[in-house]
Amino acid sequence: MAAELEEIEVREGVDRETVETVQNMGSYKYGWDTEIEMEYAPKGVNEDIVRLISTKNNEPEWMTEWRLQAFRRWQTMTEPKWAMVNYPEIDFQDQYYYARPKSMEVKPKSLDEVDPKLLATYEKLGIPLKEQMILAGVEGAEDAPAEGRKVAVDAVFDSVSVGTTFKDELAKAGVIFCSISEAIREHPELVQKYLGSVVPQSDNFYATLNSAVFSDGSFVYIPPGVRCPMELSTYFRINAENTGQFERTLIIADKGSYVSYLEGCTAPKRDTAQLHAAVVEIVILEDAEVKYSTVQNWFPGDEDGKGGIYNFVTKRADCREARAKVMWTQVETGSAITWKYPSCILRGEESQGEFYSIAIANNMQQADTGTKMIHLGKNTRSRIVSKGISAGKAQNTYRGLVTMHPRATNSRNYTQCDSLLIGDQCGAHTVPYIEVKNTSSRVEHEATTSKVDDDQLFYCRARGMDEEEAVALVVNGFCREVLQALPMEFAMEAQSLVAISLEGSVG
Amino acid sequence: MADTAVLAAQTPTVEGKARPGDAALTARLAALDLPQGGFTRAARADAAERLQAMGLPGARDEYWRYTDPAAFNAPKATALDIPARESTLFAEIDRLKLVFVDGRFDADASDDLAGEGLEISTLATADAGDHWAAAFYGKLETEGQTPVKRPFAVLNTLAAVDGVLIRVTGQVARPVHLIYRRADAAADVMVHHVVALEEGAELTLLETGALGARSNAVLEVDVAKGARFHHIASKRADDAKVGIGHIFARVGEAALFKSFSLAVNGEMMRNEGVIQILGDDAVAHIAAAALGDGSTGKFHHDDTVFITHAAERCESRQVFKKVLKHGANGIFQGKILVKPGAQRTDGYQISQGLLLDEGSQFLAKPELEIYADDVKCSHGSTTGALDETALFYLRSRGVPREQAIVLLVLSFLADALDEIEDDRLRDDILGRLDEWLTSRAAS
Repeated sequence: MAAELEEIEVREGVDRETVETVQNMGSYKYGWDTEIEMEYAPKGVNEDIVRLISTKNNEPEWMTEWRLQAFRRWQTMTEPKWAMVNYPEIDFQDQYYYARPKSMEVKPKSLDEVDPKLLATYEKLGIPLKEQMILAGVEGAEDAPAEGRKVAVDAVFDSVSVGTTFKDELAKAGVIFCSISEAIREHPELVQKYLGSVVPQSDNFYATLNSAVFSDGSFVYIPPGVRCPMELSTYFRINAENTGQFERTLIIADKGSYVSYLEGCTAPKRDTAQLHAAVVEIVILEDAEVKYSTVQNWFPGDEDGKGGIYNFVTKRADCREARAKVMWTQVETGSAITWKYPSCILRGEESQGEFYSIAIANNMQQADTGTKMIHLGKNTRSRIVSKGISAGKAQNTYRGLVTMHPRATNSRNYTQCDSLLIGDQCGAHTVPYIEVKNTSSRVEHEATTSKVDDDQLFYCRARGMDEEEAVALVVNGFCREVLQALPMEFAMEAQSLVAISLEGSVG
Repeated sequence: MADTAVLAAQTPTVEGKARPGDAALTARLAALDLPQGGFTRAARADAAERLQAMGLPGARDEYWRYTDPAAFNAPKATALDIPARESTLFAEIDRLKLVFVDGRFDADASDDLAGEGLEISTLATADAGDHWAAAFYGKLETEGQTPVKRPFAVLNTLAAVDGVLIRVTGQVARPVHLIYRRADAAADVMVHHVVALEEGAELTLLETGALGARSNAVLEVDVAKGARFHHIASKRADDAKVGIGHIFARVGEAALFKSFSLAVNGEMMRNEGVIQILGDDAVAHIAAAALGDGSTGKFHHDDTVFITHAAERCESRQVFKKVLKHGANGIFQGKILVKPGAQRTDGYQISQGLLLDEGSQFLAKPELEIYADDVKCSHGSTTGALDETALFYLRSRGVPREQAIVLLVLSFLADALDEIEDDRLRDDILGRLDEWLTSRAAS
């Protein structure tokens, strides 16, 4: 931990910048859309659509069969209703399951051939698809040391991957980083071996739907003993209307390897809600380590709860062998509905799982998020730090499970969930499940709920800040533990997001 | 008014479709001798309807995630092959004794039903004509069904045979002690008590002994403005294996509600506490200590608590401790719900499991649901083994291992026992616990 913390140290005075960012920005700065000619599959989902998606991706027969199997299973399943979220019934037949820019019909061979409009879209999002040294738009990045600042990006636009940067440089290190559709064609042995091995086809309603209709996503393979030379990242953009995005990410960290992976996402402002059901599977073998960081900033809907993304995501990491390590860090600020529980299966002896989360819900947003730490192996360790912030009329729920199986002797878990309420119209809830089935393990769980401390606000106000600035500052302090766990590029973005999401929630 | 027996005999359906537990409910009701009721008649009829609508819980019911309701669903109790024993707890304390044998009031064995500031009657005798308890019987239970269904409490309202009805009008000097005895080895007991404390009144209610081979008990308590209610229950369950109990409390302005329960062994026990804090500045504490030794049978102990804050400046506290050994299961499901407007709530909840050997387990679900911003709510839950360092310290000072374990177990339970305000009562329980632990320390 200590070494990582130094790497991603947040600069002094950054809180001040955050406050300035709030003043300069609109409430959702990614709400514009790209006018681009799109190609859609017919509305709705059925076996033909599943086959069509498979055909569009030039998939081998086994993949098509795998999808169809999932689809048949999905038809027998019912939507889960246990989360503390309310939304109108989703008509799964009233969605497009596949949308791709016309220009992507023939997959560009290199980034130079990609439609300039698409490149401009990502440029505008601050994710230039150029193999440049630093991510533009990340303030302060130029001060950071040159090493470790390269970020390879896989950009997913609606249903397809637009391009992946730094592929050649990564290939030199033996790292495979490409879209999953490409991996299915190019590396079928890896995909067949690992796809569905962490999140089985029939895992849950949304994961099963995803298994049937996922259109693209990212694939990462880090060979034994390799420390991935740069951060990998996927940027998801939903652009088309009435279109669901179903991406699938598969990350395999072979023995003794290391990778840090970043995920970002945005969508235009639309009046109607859009569905996003992703699956992320991570396989971690002996002594390997994966850091997975997300800044989820889907369009949250407007102040009256109109529009926004319904985000139903299944993320799971399997520490399959001894001393495997995974760290999930998430900043959840967007989405009208969030249903997301990045989990760790700690199967290998001495494996470790960590989960750091900030979930912010404002206006009419509803978030039900948390983690599962499933301790199966001896001497396994896990840590959960969750910070939930509710403002406006939002509902924010932490839901988590820590289970120590009888054989997971000498294991440890520490859980801390704190909730902060801003205003008297919102709600903050904690639903932890703690299951301890052996004696030598120790589990500690703490949760608190409070409001923004009046003394702290008064102190800030007395020094000339207005109330919104003061709240942003206090909230950033509240989230600090989690923000510090993020890679630098994300920490910056996340800090300003924390402020933006809360704008207008005071008074 | 619908006839209870007729309603109960109907086959329950939801949109015409039979549910998984329907056959069990029909069988469960068929095995009961349902009282027609006097002042409880309307409440019983209503309970019959509600029970048909909700059905009995199944193993897949989220609220029954950790406890299999099968033993409570079964039509009949399983007969016990162990002798009934008399509890001697609180024997030295001056109190008003009310004795129940197999869940029926035994007037000959009890003290006179009179006391200063008290009005006591029993359900079986009072349930003919009108009674003050009509304003409470089944009412608090009904309020406690939202948002979570508690079908066994509804079943109790429908079918309870006896119980005590206590109205408290002033300060009661002597505690009222409900003593339970078992005579029939297969006694399947259902008692329903109502306690109403009027403005400024105060009462201590004690409960000890084994109700029956299987028991289903409901206690409805209304604590009016400024009143104080203390409840101490000791469920020495060595000779009563299956039991479910519900406390439904309504706590008024500046009132105090305190409940402590001790459970020692038993096979399948579930206690649900449903407390509504309705008046400003009220205080509600609920605590329990459970000691389970799975070697004498499967020990499964479930405490399920739901506290609702619906008023300002109130305090609630939940303290639950379980000591588990030889494959014992300890369950805690606790929830604090803070309603909109319940500002300046102070809610606290702690649940701790002490696992003395492998094979035992502690499963907890401590929940918070909060809709007001100016609150201080926290919960904690820890599970682990005895602290080896503390054990080593005691042994290095010459305390034998067995005795050191007893000391550490007692200190682990201390926070829960501290919830008993009356020193004499607390010391009596502590003494009994010490004795029990010491006698078993070698095993």
